[in-house]
Amino acid sequence: MRLDELPLRQSAEILTVDWDVLPPAEARRLREFGFAEGVIIQVRHRSGLFKRGPLACQVGRMLVALRRTHAAAISVSAS
Amino acid sequence: MNPAPLVALVGNPNAGKSALFNALTGARQKVGNYPGVTVERKSGRMTLADGRPVELVDLPGAYSLDPGSPDEAVTRDVVMGSQSHERLPSALIVVLDAGNLDNHLRFAFQLIALGLPVIVALNMIDMAERDGLKLDPEVLSRALGVPVVSTVAVRKRGLDELKAALSTVLGDGVIKVRPSADVPEDIVLLQRRARQLSMAATISETPVRRITHLIDTVVLHPVGGLLLLIALFFVIFQAVFAWSEAPIGWIEALFAQMQGGVTALLPEGFFRSLLVDGIIAGVGSVVVFLPQILILFFFILLLEASGYMARAAFLMDRLMASVGLNGRAFIPLLSSFACAIPGIMATRTIDDPKQRLTTILIAPLMTCSARLPVYSVIIGAFIPARDLGYGVGLQGLVWFALYLAGILGAMIVAFVFRHTIAKGANSGFLMEMPRYQMPHIKDVAIGLWQRAWVFLRRAGTIIMMVTVVLWLLLSFPKAPEGQSQVEYSIAGRIASGLEVIVRPIGFNHEMALAVIPAMAAREVAVSALATVYSIEATGDDAETEKSLGERLQGRWSLPTALAFLMWFVFAPQCLSTIAVIRRETNGWKWPIFALAYLFGLAYVAAGATFWGATALGL
Repeated sequence: MRLDELPLRQSAEILTVDWDVLPPAEARRLREFGFAEGVIIQVRHRSGLFKRGPLACQVGRMLVALRRTHAAAISVSAS
Repeated sequence: MNPAPLVALVGNPNAGKSALFNALTGARQKVGNYPGVTVERKSGRMTLADGRPVELVDLPGAYSLDPGSPDEAVTRDVVMGSQSHERLPSALIVVLDAGNLDNHLRFAFQLIALGLPVIVALNMIDMAERDGLKLDPEVLSRALGVPVVSTVAVRKRGLDELKAALSTVLGDGVIKVRPSADVPEDIVLLQRRARQLSMAATISETPVRRITHLIDTVVLHPVGGLLLLIALFFVIFQAVFAWSEAPIGWIEALFAQMQGGVTALLPEGFFRSLLVDGIIAGVGSVVVFLPQILILFFFILLLEASGYMARAAFLMDRLMASVGLNGRAFIPLLSSFACAIPGIMATRTIDDPKQRLTTILIAPLMTCSARLPVYSVIIGAFIPARDLGYGVGLQGLVWFALYLAGILGAMIVAFVFRHTIAKGANSGFLMEMPRYQMPHIKDVAIGLWQRAWVFLRRAGTIIMMVTVVLWLLLSFPKAPEGQSQVEYSIAGRIASGLEVIVRPIGFNHEMALAVIPAMAAREVAVSALATVYSIEATGDDAETEKSLGERLQGRWSLPTALAFLMWFVFAPQCLSTIAVIRRETNGWKWPIFALAYLFGLAYVAAGATFWGATALGL
């Protein structure tokens, strides 16, 4: 399942991140925010009414906002 | 004597670095710029227990030594000793958010690997405890091989211990090592190490950030959150205008008194006129905005310190994305409603250079408070105070339309620029959302003071220079007896030339004349019109505006008045803004472009309004 499809407040493990489709600067920033294979992640909030705004994800002890296009590059498995 | 040793505060954004810096240096801070880049350099002095002075510099927050923005590049260059005009620090204070060790430790590993003397400040330890986290600094200290001090910057806890530890690692203050170039760079590996150490140092923990989560369920709600955002900014704007009324009156009275004092003191002549009509009147007309700017910034600083601003950016990202910007552009644009100058300076938080440029270019389209006197005079004179029902008045509706015209114009322009001159991949929106916390009044006060100072310094330099030049243009050559000085002056002659250009959009000679001094500041248009229509200024503004309005009614047609309003929605009638654009973009290219496109837009919009209104028979 892709991160942008993960139901709200359900924990999941990051399986793979398609780093190559992300612009290098943003791939690096995501890594710096703690995004990596094997990390537990949760979508806490969605902005926008029609599923088009950014997501706020819990990674470790951080809440990180990212757009759905980026989230689509991250595949997760719900635990 | 050797200069005081330099100590740098480094750490992730949101580690509470600035609060620690404020607590260590108090109000003795110097704010400047690193040469050649628009990155702020904040430094201050502090004294160690043994009386030794230390220069402390607060480096921009960064996530790693691999820079993603000009700010982060400065941080890296300083700690590597390769930043021009900056000494290599004798020691680093690495600031960590105790509540987010798994992330912040990663940067700490890199910084420690540089080999410079390091102290780790385990900051905001109280907040971590509030979130149910118990940590063991001993474990951290042993694993990192450097002293670790628990601090709570806002309560001044741990500061003495920090200074004592600094005293020890500084030794005699002579730098003995060069930073090692061999710093681990694999983020994922470092992250794993950070997580392991964080786990080892954690004695006990409960589920994360309960309070923040609770607030966020309301604040980030797709519907409720947006309503809250709108309500919040409605209240802020009300406050900006309501609270500033009295202080603006005081400032006006103060400048009037200064004018009176100088008039009484000096004999009539060139010098007195320069001082009274040029410098004092010109600088005064800009300084009156200080109250509004301070009130707006008071709220912005409060919202920033509390952690709300990142949420506002999150909520606005969708809207901003539709014109090729991202949520971060929201805050600078919001500030521009008070004044574009602080707004343009606030664009520094936008990483993407193309998006930053676009935001800078559209910031002048936000209806800043300098337009209000102009709007107020023209609307008062030409728009009847008719009640349209439901508590909506026609005058209020026109006000609203003018604000909306600016916002819509800005959105369209942003969209066009992002597809032409500032074309670039629509980079994403990646942002850490910090934990909520109570803003500390002292940090807000210091931030306000710094902004007030920047603004006043500008009023005292650039703006003063511009007003002097305008005064010269309006005062020379001296008109012979019986002729109007304004018409006879260089500015008057320029207006005659300008009239040819603005005649097609419904402007008359007096209007052409009024927009020239209004280049210094928009609201000067009001006093310029007043001068041109030779009305005796009674010193009471309300009275002046009223009689001016009556005069205008007799001389301007409604289409002309509406065109004048539209002109002020778009025209870059503010040289200070252009000067700031020059500084922030490091060159003349973009300020000149901004002047050209804004005047072009103003001309077209005013013309369309004039001809449209004429065709409708208004």
